[in-house]
Amino acid sequence: MTTSTVVVKAPSRRSLGLRDNLGRWDLAVSPYLFISPFFILFALVGLFPLAYTGWVSLHRWDLIGGELGWAGFDNFTFVLQQRQFWVALRNTASIFLISAVPQLIAATAIAAALDTHLRNKTFWRMSVLVPFVVMPVAVTLIFGSMFGERYGLVNRTLSDIGLGPIRWHTDPLASHIAIATMVNFRWTGYNALILLAGMQAVPRDLYEAATIDGANWLRRFFLITIPQLRPTIVFVIITATIGGLQIFDEPRLYDQNGLGGEDQQWMTMTIYLYKLGWNQLNFGRAAAVAWLLFVVIVAVGLLNLFFTRRIASSEDGRR
Amino acid sequence: MQRLRSATKTLGVAIVAALALVACASGSTTNQSSEPVKLTLATFNKFGYSDEMLAQFHKLHPNITVVQNVAATSQAAQDNMFTKLAAGSGLGDVEAVEVDWMPKLKQYSNLFVDLSTGDTKSRWLDWKTQAATVNGKLIGAGTDIGPEAICYRSDAFAKAGLPSDPAAVSQLLKGDWSNYYTVGQQFSKANTGVAWFDSAGATFQGLANQYQNFFEANDGSVIATTNPDVKNAFVSVLNASSSSSAHLQEWSTDWNAGLANGAWATMLCPSWMLGVISGNGPKIKDWKIANVFPNGGGNWGGSYLTVPKQGKHTAEAKELALWLTAPEQQIAAFVTTGNYPSQVGAYSNPALTGAVNAYFNNAPIGQIFADRAKAVTVTPYKGVKYAAIMQAVQDGLTRVESKKQTIDASWAQVVNDIKALS
Repeated sequence: MTTSTVVVKAPSRRSLGLRDNLGRWDLAVSPYLFISPFFILFALVGLFPLAYTGWVSLHRWDLIGGELGWAGFDNFTFVLQQRQFWVALRNTASIFLISAVPQLIAATAIAAALDTHLRNKTFWRMSVLVPFVVMPVAVTLIFGSMFGERYGLVNRTLSDIGLGPIRWHTDPLASHIAIATMVNFRWTGYNALILLAGMQAVPRDLYEAATIDGANWLRRFFLITIPQLRPTIVFVIITATIGGLQIFDEPRLYDQNGLGGEDQQWMTMTIYLYKLGWNQLNFGRAAAVAWLLFVVIVAVGLLNLFFTRRIASSEDGRR
Repeated sequence: MQRLRSATKTLGVAIVAALALVACASGSTTNQSSEPVKLTLATFNKFGYSDEMLAQFHKLHPNITVVQNVAATSQAAQDNMFTKLAAGSGLGDVEAVEVDWMPKLKQYSNLFVDLSTGDTKSRWLDWKTQAATVNGKLIGAGTDIGPEAICYRSDAFAKAGLPSDPAAVSQLLKGDWSNYYTVGQQFSKANTGVAWFDSAGATFQGLANQYQNFFEANDGSVIATTNPDVKNAFVSVLNASSSSSAHLQEWSTDWNAGLANGAWATMLCPSWMLGVISGNGPKIKDWKIANVFPNGGGNWGGSYLTVPKQGKHTAEAKELALWLTAPEQQIAAFVTTGNYPSQVGAYSNPALTGAVNAYFNNAPIGQIFADRAKAVTVTPYKGVKYAAIMQAVQDGLTRVESKKQTIDASWAQVVNDIKALS
């Protein structure tokens, strides 16, 4: 009897052990399995292209012909010695600053306005998103002709009110402002909606308490809204940084050649990359620029994170 | 270089093998059944392939339907071509190619179908065929060529006290480039409010196409920075431009608006430019054509139709490309857009020789461009880097025209930019 019970118990104990193990694995592995689609996709469309671009950048590589041999860091040293690379870096930084700073200030202001008790809220909220829905190519073509130097709408209006024409396609700064205008036209509303969502998550009792304490609208905005918005602002700034440094459509379609102007006035990093890769068919050098751009974006992103954290925490301290 | 060759060779073998399979497959479909086939024809600007013409092809081949995609500029078409050639898919079944980017494509001739057949051997002008032939393989079927005349605005000429009828203007402009510039100065002194030519860049194109080896030697090595002809052309065009140019860069929005407003009085006029002028300036009524060109003759541009091997129906696509580039179809295109045929057989056809253009005050364009084509004596060598060098030089010309740099400073930057292409 005893032996038989042992015999019966033994397999049941074993099966219990297996189930136990499965359960333990389930606990340990399943969560990773559930989130794995994202990481697999990220590895495929994010990490792999990044690594492959790095591989290409270390070779002489023809766009169509493919690999032509090992080059070491030749592509990087070549690119870093080019005047055009540094001009591209300057332009990218300049267009980014001219577009991102006013854009975020305007977006915050619009969001604050939309956060008040308006009539037809949905209508106003949807209408700020309209420019975002319009095709960027169409926007750029229209703006490009508006900013024509001799026959463009902007310069004609300026001369009608007695101001001299601005050389939108010749002066670097003027061309950067024109391009930043297109970027702002497109992205301000989008960022305003994201900031608005953040604002609506701010607990209303904070405002009520502040109002009772006698804080006016401005103080409430700067001492409650902005600090409470910190995570949203960080997100908006980081995405604006990535998008701003990768800017391509607008400068590409700003004139008929799409190569950033005769003196590279508005040639951004991505345009330079495109010029090397697709015009000169030199994919190795283009890949080197892509990697340098990646490094720049990471650096600027970290810098932004550092500053936004500091600003927000100093406000925390004041509060 | 050696590695490139061996790499292309292996690639070539692989592609030929793959294509043998594809060819078998597509061959069998055409022979056995008339399965419906949809072909895409990718062109740019104005090729003159009207819907009626494509419908006619459909009538001849009831199973084939042709859809035409027209890119806005040749630059857009070129970018599209190289991107999709690199990707290995996505190109049209028949792709139009401009002569200036043909050299780059000739490096990858194994990616294109050989279009030579027995009966098309002597269809085109020799130099037209040569520019698209790699080791006996024809990768492009010639469409048009761009023999150049001078287009001018007769009212502006009359206002400036110059003769204004075509025969007299031809006489006036006969000679070299400095004669063209001198007449320009004379014109500018009359202060008509109209410039002599549109831009230094466009005028430079006319000069560049008159040399056998302008930017590159026959072995492909770059001579642009050392060739005195290039610098002389650069400097002389800019000297003329300071008093005679409208300073509007070709194809820019301002240039298009300038054309619509009649901002300049003369233009180098390859045959395909007629459609551009009449399309942009419908309100200007005084454009005429002088049967003359500075320094003899010149050819600017002209295109080809290619059949990329990545297409699914290359046999049918080849048929379409060869049909469209037959003399009859190119004459029809010439009548609609002014694109002058590259087909020898078209030149004796009365439909071509008798053609007149109403917009250009009934200019006998058939006769004029036949003469202009005969005056072309030089076939410029254009290598792989031609387009990129031309871009660098054009940028240099623009920098001076927009008063950003002096001629010397701009030339120094041109030299640097060309060196960076190596």
